[in-house]
Amino acid sequence: MIAPFKTRYEQDLVLAKTPATKIAYGLLLLVMAGIPLVLGEFYVGELGGLFIFAIAGVGLMLLTGYTGLVSLGNAAFLGIGAYTNAILLAHGVPFLVSLPCAGLLTAFFGVAIGIPTLRMSGLYLAIATLAFGSIIGTVLQKWDGLTGGFDGFAVQTPTILGLKVEGATGIYYAAFIVLVLVIWVALNILRSPLGRAMVAIRDSEISAQSMGINLAVTKVIVFGISAGITGLAGGLYAHYVRFLAPDSFDILLSIQLVTIVFIGGLGSIHGAIFGAAFMRLLPQAIAMVRDDLPFGLGRLPGLEPSLFGLILVLVIMFEPGGINGRWVKLKRYCKSYPLHRKPAARRQKSYAKSERLR
Amino acid sequence: MEDVLRLLQLAINGAATGCIYGLIAFGFVLIYKATEMVNFAQGEIMMLGGFAAYTFVGKFGMNYWVGSMLAVFVTAGFGYALDALVLRRVIGQPQFAVVMLTLGLAFIFRAGAGIAWGYDTVAFNTPFTNRVVKFGGDVVLGQDNISIITGTVLLCGVLYLFFSRTRLGIAMQASSQNQLAAYYMGIPVRRVFSLIWAISAGVAAVAAILLVPVQMVDVNSGIIGFKAFAAAVLGGFGSIPGALVGGVVVGIVEQMAGYYLPTGFQEVTSNIVLLAVLILRPQGLFGQVIRKRV
Repeated sequence: MIAPFKTRYEQDLVLAKTPATKIAYGLLLLVMAGIPLVLGEFYVGELGGLFIFAIAGVGLMLLTGYTGLVSLGNAAFLGIGAYTNAILLAHGVPFLVSLPCAGLLTAFFGVAIGIPTLRMSGLYLAIATLAFGSIIGTVLQKWDGLTGGFDGFAVQTPTILGLKVEGATGIYYAAFIVLVLVIWVALNILRSPLGRAMVAIRDSEISAQSMGINLAVTKVIVFGISAGITGLAGGLYAHYVRFLAPDSFDILLSIQLVTIVFIGGLGSIHGAIFGAAFMRLLPQAIAMVRDDLPFGLGRLPGLEPSLFGLILVLVIMFEPGGINGRWVKLKRYCKSYPLHRKPAARRQKSYAKSERLR
Repeated sequence: MEDVLRLLQLAINGAATGCIYGLIAFGFVLIYKATEMVNFAQGEIMMLGGFAAYTFVGKFGMNYWVGSMLAVFVTAGFGYALDALVLRRVIGQPQFAVVMLTLGLAFIFRAGAGIAWGYDTVAFNTPFTNRVVKFGGDVVLGQDNISIITGTVLLCGVLYLFFSRTRLGIAMQASSQNQLAAYYMGIPVRRVFSLIWAISAGVAAVAAILLVPVQMVDVNSGIIGFKAFAAAVLGGFGSIPGALVGGVVVGIVEQMAGYYLPTGFQEVTSNIVLLAVLILRPQGLFGQVIRKRV
């Protein structure tokens, strides 16, 4: 199908470029909204978890995929969001207030870590956020008075206007609504001047600066937004696990979050969703085939993390575009069939770019 | 007197741990200077080196020195292969792709070590285990700590001579400073880079072997690599002496924090040092600031 010609600039800003896109995503929304009526409790619960990680993925995608800032400490934001929400609920704050509060407080922390790391980029930023994440993780473990220490923290069942949000279905709808809102906000940010500035910073800080973009302000805002979205995901995550353990927000979780973004495909909202789906489905797939694997391979304790590691390595080596890159190529192939030409999908040759000087 | 002695004891213990951080940070810095890649799997390579030494000395019953040498060479060969087979292919991708790649490798190494050697902690007898040296009656120091410090100093001397006196060492310096110019001078840059990976893996193995009398080897001992980041950043991430000095400083500060501050602080000291350095003096103690001219 051929896209209509663009005759006005506003056409370039429209979210759904063709009627077909509108129909396709409308149908997708309807199907997703109807799923709990059809599928069993277990699958609905898993999908709810998937949505929560997709929210966190979108948050990190804005930071890493669109602004080029890597954060290895996002588990800390998830943790701050989860504990804020749980503690506020325990003090009798209604869910509709406590969840945005969790997002806001986390955004505040995001700005707090964003300001000192302004001068850093790439590697230093990754290390600094790693250190920040590990400090917050330790604080959560040691601050018994707030987090209940290793006894854990039971999360109350939230109520919205007298309606209890409980069970797999409740979490599913809560996460679904938040996810749709977050994606809508993210898409709108991306077509605003802020979003364009983010992409410009990712591609070259110096040229972005020359075009009059205020690097510091943009980066801090993005850090705040990204952390805030991750905090929302954390607040929902608290309800998903229902019992918060202080040691669950560690470096491994941070790495998992970044893996979502990388495997899904950097620089696309689709990628965040694909990555989250992959991240949540792989353990299920492993659990399914675990008993059928030869040589007792299924009983190895390190099977899951090593598979994650292996897939991450293979994706970076052979398909830097991630799942989304594959998907786009497949779509293009189908569209142009039988006129498809192989070189169209070939990767551009790239050379080592020095990042020491910027 | 009591306090002074305790301070000295803490300082020596800290310096010994710090030497290990310094050696791992040395590996980071060496690779970073040459290839601009940051190897987040350095701690895991150290862990593999420790297991290799355990296999040769503990399992096969080889002589400590022979087995250790063998382990260092095997680990160095592993580092070479790692660059030649994996890292070389991602040249040209953004820096954080390499960060994620090495993090993925770290997961694989950890699981691989768990499969090959199991999840229990292992150790083997070294000539330095459980022995002490007495100085003037009152000061008692463990030979393990002394051996770490001596080993590090010796290794640094050897590496200094290697980088300043041998053709290969100078070729490595040249390739780090300017790849293209080095290439024009007839240096096989790619092979040199792989050799740099080999050296940094070998140094990590030495660190692992030196650490054995103090801390047993297990699958998770690669975590120490994260602390070595603080050392590398403190030293300025591009300076080899800086990495070693940074390691010793971080080690001593950590020991002091463990003794004088409430519990929990020891674990995060290195992270706090790291953040403080990045905020206050991002170029580190010995680094230099370079700006790009457009």
